[in-house]
Amino acid sequence: MRFLSLIVVNLRRHRLRALIGVAGIGFGVAAMLTILGIVNGAIGMFERILSTDSHYLVLEKNVSDLFFSAVPAGQVAAIRALPGVDSAQPLLFGIVSAPGYPVITCFGVEATDSRLSRAEWRAGSLADFGRRPGEIFLGSRAAEFLHAQAGEDIAIGATTMRVAGILKTENGFEDGGVFLPLAAAQEFFHRPGVSSVVAVKLRDQAQGADFKRRVESAYPGLIALENREFNQSYHSFRILKTTAWAVGLCAFFLGGLGVANTMLLSVFSRIREIAVLRVCGFSEGQVAALIFGEVVLVAVAGLALGFTLGAAVLAVLPHVPQFQGYVQASVQPAVIAGIVATALVTAVAGAIYPARFASSIQPAEALRYE
Amino acid sequence: MNKPGELLVTASDLWKAYDGGRVTVLRGVSLEVRAGEMVALWGSSGSGKSTLLHLLGGLDVPDRGELSVCGRDPRREADRLELRRRELGFVFQLHNLIPDLTVTENLRVPALAAGRPSGETAARLRSLAEQVGIAHRLEHRIQDLSGGERQRVAICRALMNRPRLLLADEPTGSLDETTGDLVFALLKELAARDGIAVVLATHERRFAEACDRRLRVRDGKVTES
Repeated sequence: MRFLSLIVVNLRRHRLRALIGVAGIGFGVAAMLTILGIVNGAIGMFERILSTDSHYLVLEKNVSDLFFSAVPAGQVAAIRALPGVDSAQPLLFGIVSAPGYPVITCFGVEATDSRLSRAEWRAGSLADFGRRPGEIFLGSRAAEFLHAQAGEDIAIGATTMRVAGILKTENGFEDGGVFLPLAAAQEFFHRPGVSSVVAVKLRDQAQGADFKRRVESAYPGLIALENREFNQSYHSFRILKTTAWAVGLCAFFLGGLGVANTMLLSVFSRIREIAVLRVCGFSEGQVAALIFGEVVLVAVAGLALGFTLGAAVLAVLPHVPQFQGYVQASVQPAVIAGIVATALVTAVAGAIYPARFASSIQPAEALRYE
Repeated sequence: MNKPGELLVTASDLWKAYDGGRVTVLRGVSLEVRAGEMVALWGSSGSGKSTLLHLLGGLDVPDRGELSVCGRDPRREADRLELRRRELGFVFQLHNLIPDLTVTENLRVPALAAGRPSGETAARLRSLAEQVGIAHRLEHRIQDLSGGERQRVAICRALMNRPRLLLADEPTGSLDETTGDLVFALLKELAARDGIAVVLATHERRFAEACDRRLRVRDGKVTES
């Protein structure tokens, strides 16, 4: 018998207790994987909306959310005219509602926007975009959940619009959203002549610093960020990520309490047995290692359970109609590593007191213990 | 391995009290134990036999007095650990085996603590199990064994790391007379074969008289009888 097999034997002897510990860690892992997968997926989708065919984003400085950013049309035109700019696509974000669906993202874009040219048009065509007033274009997921077809009228907010086209895009947000010609969107959202953001593509990306300097010196109210810079600094992304980790850590904290409780009960029920191990020559360190070993095995089993559960949930969620196609989970290796580390740290932290208690058991005293 | 007649235990003026000094269990105990001899600590319940055994075995420390066991000082934690790992074996009244483990797994525990190689442990385990007649029970769980079998397993476990001194605390106390006689005879035979010194705590006169020396324990004091 090796040390590891003694650990396995101990867990096997207290199956139910071990399973409760595994479940505690497993649910924590599953919760964290699901939350982070969904949040990172959502952020990724949003990032791709902004970075489509562009190197830089120009937006209003110090806004808490892109929805509040305002870049006037005159400044869009001036940015377009800057040396080295290949294209500048203004984009106005807004939220519209339809019966039963209070939150649908609306993208106000120009007809030349590459999002439209890259999309797969399932009904209507790019040539129709912005040709007639009162028309709206739906992402294919939005068309599905709104049960709308081209040529039909649908209620959008307090007005009615005719569906002039349906387009399939790879991005879940876009595919679950609606498109309006920029001018129509500005009118609809009462934001005449402004865009939320301008996505800029340079002829030579190496000239980015020069472009950024020019924009920010000419328009002190604007900021030009490389896509990578934007992703790192955008306030809403940081709030989302922090919230996701905080919620996940709470789930782990509960799991850790479960492990601590389980291990403490386990140690209390084995006081005499631990004393026997000490009599047989186990050091305090070996007793502690036994407890930590049990906990690490519980954590490993919990990780396996949690990743399986989490992966299953993430596989199912995108097919739930209520999510309107907004769920496109993204799980990066760093998230996996973070979850594994958190699970192990939580479990080991939960075992510190039980291990200290176990290793401090005095054999002579404990052998008298009934 | 013990040298014949080697002095293994020297205790001088040992005192031990519990409950913040309110209950004095040992009062100035002095004794010596040499290799190969079987010494009985004979006395009634509560006389201090078990406490003395715990001090000799490094399971507890004396409040006062000098103590040397197999050349080590049991008042030091490092020495206590080494004593338990390499020099001493323990047999208790209640066998104190781990109930859900098999006989083999229980017997491997001391070797595991001492970090002995698996192959050497297996050979030693098999040899001891054959000597005490439990070789056919090696893969059985402790809870499936009779009281006598359990105590034989406990004796095997105590001998696994080839101790120089065996401390037995009422090893026949929970057994019927016949089984008790068999276990005592086995203990005596195995110890004599390897020259192991045995200190046996017992309240039964017949076992005390069958030892090489008897130390009467009464009211925390020890006298040769």
